[in-house]
Amino acid sequence: MPAARILDADAAARLVRDGATIMVGGFGLVGAPLQLLAALERSGARRLTVISNNLGEPGRGLGALLRQGRIARAIGSYFTTNPDVVAAHEAGKLEVTLVPQGTMVEAIRAGGAGIPAFYTPTAAGTALADGKETREINGSLCVLEHALHADVALIRAHKADRLGNLVYQKTARNFNPVMATAAECVIAEVDEIVEAGELDPESIVTPHLFVDVVVEARR
Amino acid sequence: MSTHSDVRERIARRALEELPAGSIVNLGVGLPTMIATLPEARDRVFIHSENGILGAGPRPEEGAVDPTLVDAGKRPITANRGASYFDSGLSFAMIRGGHIDVAVLGALQVDAAGRIANWAIPGQPILGVGGAMDLLSGARRVIVTMTHLAADGTPKLVERLTLPIGSLRSVDVIVTELGVIDVVNGALVLRELAAGVTLEAFSSATAAPFKIAPSIAR
Repeated sequence: MPAARILDADAAARLVRDGATIMVGGFGLVGAPLQLLAALERSGARRLTVISNNLGEPGRGLGALLRQGRIARAIGSYFTTNPDVVAAHEAGKLEVTLVPQGTMVEAIRAGGAGIPAFYTPTAAGTALADGKETREINGSLCVLEHALHADVALIRAHKADRLGNLVYQKTARNFNPVMATAAECVIAEVDEIVEAGELDPESIVTPHLFVDVVVEARR
Repeated sequence: MSTHSDVRERIARRALEELPAGSIVNLGVGLPTMIATLPEARDRVFIHSENGILGAGPRPEEGAVDPTLVDAGKRPITANRGASYFDSGLSFAMIRGGHIDVAVLGALQVDAAGRIANWAIPGQPILGVGGAMDLLSGARRVIVTMTHLAADGTPKLVERLTLPIGSLRSVDVIVTELGVIDVVNGALVLRELAAGVTLEAFSSATAAPFKIAPSIAR
């Protein structure tokens, strides 16, 4: 049975090519793969499309990549807490696609589950539905939303076993398990790697078939 | 003259009374989250936070902060007994699937039919929506908590929205420091005046047409 590849952060980050679409887990910096993002800074990959709820904080997490002009496009739900995003957007250096948070995570879930698109009443009749196909279903106006996929997902978990099974910690779980399903290559940064069999099967949130690479974070 | 934070706490306290005991409640960032800081809230309702917890507790004591445990405003919280954690997908299935009993949200404006503007301020780049639209679409009941007037002194209850709408759905209740307004069949109905507030004072601070519930003595 193939185990997940265990790499250091720099080797893992080199799997992200110029122009790649990446998903990055985390709600703000909580549950964000900060060491993988630091390695991605060092790797030099550019023209990235980033699917993530936020773009970190000023100069931290994805915010550091943004300052270096490495992110061309961002898809997410809440960017106003990082003033650098507002500035980059106004300067025409960053294309931003704003989606309701629930629509975003459902689009990622759909991407991972083989569902190409879905209808939702969220955002119907608002500016965020402009240009999108709509139809009435069961009496309510709904918006057609397309699934999201990525070339690489950079996620954060608490522990992995050598197969790549993952367990998480509290609200640091957030988008990570969903993103693990929707990318060609899934790289998980974890606090600790243990032997297969050491994680309780009842507690595993992300089964190993979703995980390609595991990186143990430095303490 | 009461301070701004007194006013906000009064609104939060009054909104708490609108939450049925034992209900599942999601609190928007800002004024609504003040409800969670009221000690009575802890025993009354189960607080859902869209970043992945049901059973959110009060802020931790100093020195007991867990960096993996935050609310939707990214501030440290604790977990109450019986709390559970889940991913964002399941969290928004709870919201969008009608499993949240009450969402308490802030608003910039409410129109005569109870529809709200709650996410985008014109003149500022539209770069944040979060879960506001999902909650408006999916929560069984929506309560708006807001100060009655905007910072520039203009009424927030308006005939027509001038700020971007958050959903076609009308909210159910609006709580301000001046009173409690129900939305009934697409119309605003003043249910209660806050202590010491006259109908005249309420009317002069309100730009939307409204009806008056029979329970308010004329």
